Amino acid sequence: MFALGATGHAGVLPDDRADMMWHQWEGGGVTVQGPSILLRKKLGDSLSLAANYYVDMVSSASVDVLSTASPYKERRTQKSLSADYLHGKTTYSLGVISSIEPDYHANTGYFSVSEDMFGDLTTVAFGFTRGWDQVGEREHVLNITDWVGDADHRNWQLSLSQILTRNWLLSVNFETSESEGYLKSPYRSARYLAPDGSVQTEEEVYPGTRTGNAASMQLKYYLPWHAALAGSYRFYKDTWSILAHTVDVGYTQPLFADWTFDADVRYYRQTAANFYSDLFPYQASQNFLARDRELAQYHDLTLGLGVTWQFHPRWPRWIEKGTMNLRYDRMHIAYDDFHNYLVGSAPGVLPLYSYDANITQFFISAWF
Amino acid sequence: MTKSRTVSLVLSAPLAALLLAGCSSVEPWVKPYEREHLADPIMSFDRDPVSSTYLDHVFEVREGARGATGGVGGGCGCN
Repeated sequence: MFALGATGHAGVLPDDRADMMWHQWEGGGVTVQGPSILLRKKLGDSLSLAANYYVDMVSSASVDVLSTASPYKERRTQKSLSADYLHGKTTYSLGVISSIEPDYHANTGYFSVSEDMFGDLTTVAFGFTRGWDQVGEREHVLNITDWVGDADHRNWQLSLSQILTRNWLLSVNFETSESEGYLKSPYRSARYLAPDGSVQTEEEVYPGTRTGNAASMQLKYYLPWHAALAGSYRFYKDTWSILAHTVDVGYTQPLFADWTFDADVRYYRQTAANFYSDLFPYQASQNFLARDRELAQYHDLTLGLGVTWQFHPRWPRWIEKGTMNLRYDRMHIAYDDFHNYLVGSAPGVLPLYSYDANITQFFISAWF
Repeated sequence: MTKSRTVSLVLSAPLAALLLAGCSSVEPWVKPYEREHLADPIMSFDRDPVSSTYLDHVFEVREGARGATGGVGGGCGCN
């Protein structure tokens, strides 16, 4: 994934830099960790190329997995290539992304154009993304994958960034996303109340299409004591009746000569999809049935802290500067209508599910 | 060309000319030499793409909402 031009400066190509990161997610019975390497280099004055190699090593014993299957380990590898071409005040960007895991293949292509205007106070960008996914079901004992369906995605992005004053920056983004095909997970089941009072499972049934619209606004303010305050809000609504709000506030403070500290608070809340239920009243009670907790009603709160140390190595000389970065985020997710069936089976007396996650990033960056 | 198309062309041409003239005459109210604060790396919306891309992915996998983060992406296997 790469930033669309409007959030940067369309008339300037990004810096040449290399980033090497180790990332780790630990929460909800799932550990995901791996490297990410991002390399960006200009060729001449008009062309900048970027490549990213990213790995998720997943060890999962989540509440979903434990209730319907066995814990598993798998690896997802994502490779990306992109090119930015600058012509006058216009930047053309083109990229491809390939993601491979044992039971999911995804290929994505994208194109965007961004233009500086009004004395470079305003940057407008338009982007289009097209994705083709293959969804499989893994048989972990036999080590084979049954490819069960395809999913196609189309996204349109429109962004505007605006210099408001010598201290204020504004960015406005719109995105429409369309997905079509096999949009559920082959592993999950819906639950229903059987006539004898017991809880039984049945196959999930999803609609074949989903269209979502998102709009966001980001503001950034330069504080007089050399610090920055950031705030953003995003609104999202889709044809599955999910309505979501995301609010983010961040603060950046450089200290001494070489240190920068970041603090961040992010809050997210969504309503449930109209075909989601933790427990359906009887078997095949409606056309579409889902018990994916990402479609439930819930909220999450994430608190993040980051520290960056900048250095200027004497060797090798072609490295202008480098940074070492450590970032830690703590995320709390609490569901309003998803119960933990692992602690019992009597309907109505189960606790609502919630968990905390630790998200850690360590990365070294070099500019050359 | 039909009459209605001719009329709309006649009406829209001066409007377009006016808008373009307006665009070219916009005086930047923040001059290039006044953008020192905005050029500071701490004012970047995306200071470390390797980190923001990762966090966007973390949230996209676990949340129902997606898009309008200022980036393009794909291939997360989010089902």
